[in-house]
Amino acid sequence: MTKKKRNVVERDSVVVKFVGDSGDGMQLSGNIFSDSAAVAGNDLATFPDFPAEIRAPQNTVPGVSGFQVHLGSKKIFTIGDLCDVIVAMNPASLKANLNWAKKGATLILDVDAFDEKSIEKAGYKSNPITDGSLNSYQVIPAPITSLTKGSLKEMDVDNKTAERSKNMFALGMLYFIFNRDLKQAISYFEIKFKKNPRLIDINTVVLKAGYAFADTIEAVESTISIPPAKMEKGKYRDINGNLATAWGLLAASEKSGRPLFLGSYPITPATDILVELAKWKSLGAKVFQAEDEIAGVCSAIGASFTGAMACTTTSGPGFSLKSEAIGLAVMTELPLIIVDVQRAGPSTGLPTKSEQSDLMQALYGRNGECPVIVIAASTPEDCFYYAFMAAKLSMEHMTPCIFLTDGTLGFGSALFKIPKMADLPPINPPLAKPNDPDYKPYRRDPETLVRQWAIPGTEGLRHRVGGLEKENIIGSVSTDPANHQLMVDLRAAKVEKVADFIPEQEIDGDKEGDLLVVSWGSTYGAVHIAVQQLKAEGKKISHAHFKYIMPLPKNTEKVLKGFKKIVVCELNSGQFVQYLKAKFPKDNYHQVNKVQGLPFTITELTEKFNQLLEEK
Amino acid sequence: MESDFINKTIERSSVQLCKADFESDQMVKWCPGCGSHAILNAVERVFPKIGYRKENFCMVSGIGCSSRFPYYVNTYGIHGIHGRAAAIGTGVKVANPKLSVWIATGDGDSLAIGGNHFIHIIRRNVDVNILLFNNQIYGLTKGQYSPTTPMGRVTKTSPMGTIEHPFNIGELVMGAEGTFFARVPDNNLNLLTEAMFEAAKHDGTAIIEVLQNCVIFADKAHNDITGKDTKDENMLILKNGDPMIFGKNKDKGLRLNGTKIEVVEIGKNGVTENDILVHDQYDQDPGIQLMLAKLAPPKFPMVFGVIRSAMFPTFDDLVEDQIKYAKETSKIKCVDDLLNSGETWEIK
Ligand SMILES: Cc1ncc(C[n+]2csc(CCOP(=O)(O)OP(=O)(O)O)c2C)c(N)n1
Ligand code: SF4
Ligand SMILES: [Mg+2]
Repeated sequence: MTKKKRNVVERDSVVVKFVGDSGDGMQLSGNIFSDSAAVAGNDLATFPDFPAEIRAPQNTVPGVSGFQVHLGSKKIFTIGDLCDVIVAMNPASLKANLNWAKKGATLILDVDAFDEKSIEKAGYKSNPITDGSLNSYQVIPAPITSLTKGSLKEMDVDNKTAERSKNMFALGMLYFIFNRDLKQAISYFEIKFKKNPRLIDINTVVLKAGYAFADTIEAVESTISIPPAKMEKGKYRDINGNLATAWGLLAASEKSGRPLFLGSYPITPATDILVELAKWKSLGAKVFQAEDEIAGVCSAIGASFTGAMACTTTSGPGFSLKSEAIGLAVMTELPLIIVDVQRAGPSTGLPTKSEQSDLMQALYGRNGECPVIVIAASTPEDCFYYAFMAAKLSMEHMTPCIFLTDGTLGFGSALFKIPKMADLPPINPPLAKPNDPDYKPYRRDPETLVRQWAIPGTEGLRHRVGGLEKENIIGSVSTDPANHQLMVDLRAAKVEKVADFIPEQEIDGDKEGDLLVVSWGSTYGAVHIAVQQLKAEGKKISHAHFKYIMPLPKNTEKVLKGFKKIVVCELNSGQFVQYLKAKFPKDNYHQVNKVQGLPFTITELTEKFNQLLEEK
Repeated sequence: MESDFINKTIERSSVQLCKADFESDQMVKWCPGCGSHAILNAVERVFPKIGYRKENFCMVSGIGCSSRFPYYVNTYGIHGIHGRAAAIGTGVKVANPKLSVWIATGDGDSLAIGGNHFIHIIRRNVDVNILLFNNQIYGLTKGQYSPTTPMGRVTKTSPMGTIEHPFNIGELVMGAEGTFFARVPDNNLNLLTEAMFEAAKHDGTAIIEVLQNCVIFADKAHNDITGKDTKDENMLILKNGDPMIFGKNKDKGLRLNGTKIEVVEIGKNGVTENDILVHDQYDQDPGIQLMLAKLAPPKFPMVFGVIRSAMFPTFDDLVEDQIKYAKETSKIKCVDDLLNSGETWEIK
């Protein structure tokens, strides 16, 4: 076969998705591919697309697993609305993902898998490769399964192992198309398969075969080059939001000197935080897998009473179960970090899909007047910093802090510039001193209204806390009406005072204009890009993305003032906008909402913004 | 009582403490005549004997009359929410094993709303002591039946008598893999303090069921057993190593007949003391102990004292062991190590 001279097309960003059956190893090829991009200096964001079922029937749409990568020579803010390249290992995965292909997208298809039975199982009436339905795409048909087996002929590899390495053939093709260095993948194999050197050889042979195949076929008309992004110098790694949250908590524990205690019960999409923290006993993390979410949060409250940095991690349904206990932490004024990795609800909802619909519950979902700090992360990497901040604020202000992320952040990955512990801010919990003659359980710092943390075992500080209302300063049980009013007011004022310790709200863009776009949480990337696009067109549009929700930054009212219209975008039916309306009543709020278990696309946002800009 | 056997990880007081050291300045608000007063008295007496520094005791409770307990003892204490004392107590003990943790809870608190936490703390064998005030009623909410109310009892929510089969707490504890179970009446201070001391000595979850009288909503509920006129015939007080003898004239005993326990009279039908079962509270096999826990009048006496205290590893010790091992062997010693572990790359 003759090799073809090809053009190299330079692109500033490309979205690639690897899809196949659950067993096809798409996550692995996706991961290696994104690592190769990272090493080559591209910025990127990734997202795994797991099937809801653990073992869905083979070759069916419910069994499709995927991995999406958005890489670029510019800063990457989202995983990309639509794909430029889809690698599909069977008909079901093509069927499930074709909706997400751009017009004219490149489809790399394993033609061996498009047999009659699989085509039918996927729900196609005829073979999409030959019936013309893919004419508007650039199809690269590749006999991936047979060529994989062929490439291994001389190695005496059993059929199953050969089948399982076909993902590396597809990866090899992409390495060719994207002009990547095979060395990076091979060194990855060398680490991953250290204990089984034969697998290093097998995967290497198949990878090279895929690379060579792509080089020979006509269908690959050109190759793609994505120049390195201009990124801050430093050491980087890949991180997903759940990992970043776990590590942020570990960092806060080390910084504060308070040992980490996690009481948690598994629930998608929060489980990975529990799993990750369970690994770090060497850092002193005590991880307690409780019998249910209530025991998770209650054990954390017990641990907090003893002076631990106590956390509980969960998602919506589990968050509901914790409500009463969070009230106990509010009443006892103990630090407690509650991580809610939100998912689509109500009830069990869409467990693997993401939503921002627990905001009201975080703010108000408890009996009594029960204020807590609420903060939200915006990107996978800032889960690290905001988990750290949640712990810092909770401990320094002796009050529970709810840290909201969601499935998109939890599972989504981004590049993370590795921080140094020395550069993170200090955490100074208000520990009571042994034998302090003035110690009283509810005596407060006059400036912050924070009570002291008197740790059991400390001499001279024996005291009782509990869910019954306590007498101001003294801490005895009190049913006095005026005292209750005072304590309710004090607890609320204490949380409001946190506003003195958080940064002011930033506006991305001018402080005045026609439209202020407001958002919070994982929608950051899509909203940011949508606003940038319209700004580039000369529109008077700015963006305020909130991270601190309760209390709001002190300048929030000022931020909202400078615009003719405000539009609040969220993946719920309008919770943050209700909250803002209640705090700062105005008649120029608009909203963009979506509750489909899917993130915003940039186009749907720009359309709405344009509409609002055009309407009088 | 000696305190030599007491847990070594908890620091002891350098001075001899006394009851007054544990009396709180709070007004005790239980009804006059409530059995809880006696339990409080026993705790204040036994804590100095146990001998830990007074700052190392931590009381935990749920909600109920019984759960007011922490306010009335001068220790560190946390009054929790209904049913969750065992979960809160687990957090206290696991986070700081150097505390002696005492949980005060009711039959509703631990066996109804908190049933899940109750069986799981027992299964894990977390080293805490649980004083379970069994008054067979919901006291604080004024007289509804509980999971230990005998079948047929008329209460506010069972005007025609309950139609629920009650739990036997000892059976539940052993069914949940319990390592320590004692049953005591509220009207025998010695037995109360002895059981508490034994519980303190025991490494693992120690359940003390106190038959506590609620004078208001279930008065004399335990009278058929622990009353002045009935106790000799209906209570058998166990002592480790002693034969299980009871009766006014100490002439009755328990004998194993095949796989069943029976009551026999010593001196009759050739029965001698040698035929009587000897109590082994330390037996790891709960077989006999479980049978003992289930005995009840009219056919049998009810057994009291420490029924089971078997040695098994505690959850909190195992947590500490794993952490110690991980710290010794892991390459990741601090968060900077962690952040820089695995695949990283430099952008210049
Ligand atoms: C979540 C919740 N549900 C219900 C109650 C009401 N409540 C308080 S105590 C109690 C039962 C108490 O019975 P028990 O545990 O036996 O304690 P006692 O008062 O008898 O000592 C109930 C139902 C509550 N406080 N919280
Ligand atoms: S109601 Fe019953 S249990 Fe409660 S304090 Fe009164 S006597 Fe004791
Ligand atoms: Mg009761």
